[in-house]
Amino acid sequence: MNFQEITELVVAQFGHHDINADIKNPQPVLIVPVEQIASVCQFLHEDDRLYFDFLACITAIDNGPGLATMEVIYNLTSIPYGHNLTMKAVFPRNPSEGMLPVVPTVSHIWRTADWHEREAFDLMGIHFSEHRDLRRILLPEDWEGHPLRKDYKVQDRYHGIYVRYEDGPKLD
Amino acid sequence: MSERIKTGDGGIILTNAEDLMNWARLSSLWPMGFGIACCAIEMMASYASHYDLERFGIFPRPSPRHSDVMIVAGTVTFKMADRIRRLYEQMPEPRYVISMGSCSNCGGPYWEHGYHVVKGVDRIIPVDVYVPGCPPRPEALIGGFMKLQEKIRGEHPLAPELFLEMEANLATEPS
Repeated sequence: MNFQEITELVVAQFGHHDINADIKNPQPVLIVPVEQIASVCQFLHEDDRLYFDFLACITAIDNGPGLATMEVIYNLTSIPYGHNLTMKAVFPRNPSEGMLPVVPTVSHIWRTADWHEREAFDLMGIHFSEHRDLRRILLPEDWEGHPLRKDYKVQDRYHGIYVRYEDGPKLD
Repeated sequence: MSERIKTGDGGIILTNAEDLMNWARLSSLWPMGFGIACCAIEMMASYASHYDLERFGIFPRPSPRHSDVMIVAGTVTFKMADRIRRLYEQMPEPRYVISMGSCSNCGGPYWEHGYHVVKGVDRIIPVDVYVPGCPPRPEALIGGFMKLQEKIRGEHPLAPELFLEMEANLATEPS
């Protein structure tokens, strides 16, 4: 099945929502509204003609304070059928002051999403709702901030150790 | 002097206790090889048969409580920093630290943008010898050990602090 047919099936099922296809680039992407991620993924996983049983990657992108959006990109593959799909959700970066953007989790469908979503939370600060264990995975638990955001400022000290190269005395 | 055939029996060596103890310590440095990242591979290569650290008396110990020297080989992240401090404090004295590779010397290639890297393990523990390289060749690590051995050769392990202080006070006191 190619991208066209997969898109038709998804739109037939979820037509009343705002699902678009971006075919300008060499990699065609299916753009899904954020709230529908969980139900669309459930359909993609369970439908007999599609059967996407392999979530290869979840990628989070920060478009910066200018565009003020973030994207989460899902790469799905169906191992028996051999077709692939790239799906993404675009949402505003700072929904309200001090809160993190919220995306529904797909970790109840594909176990891979467990750690990929933890990484997206750790580095980008995207909160995945109903994820059973959302905590930092690469950075220490008490780190402040989400480093891969475009407006990230690194903290001065961590447990008394100066973080930047230029700062601070060495241990005596 | 006539030629003497060495038979291996008899013979007396005169030395002082300080030199003897220093020689004993430097000839059997037991590292807790703390292989964190890529430098660990070069450290393993130094232990292996081609470069062989064991001919210097250096053989790795699994526990910090058995070891004299800690080779910090690899990138030190902030997550690891607490654990390194704890392991260093578990080593009994006299203890030494060899910082192997650029990442543990000064942050290495991550010095500019690495928010997660401690810019040199000397921000956490005191280091005796720095071995530069990315990664340093096994010969460079062996050179680092030679340097550490020179440092140990010049130490004064027997004079306790108290006596040295008393001597210094006597020297400066007006008699």
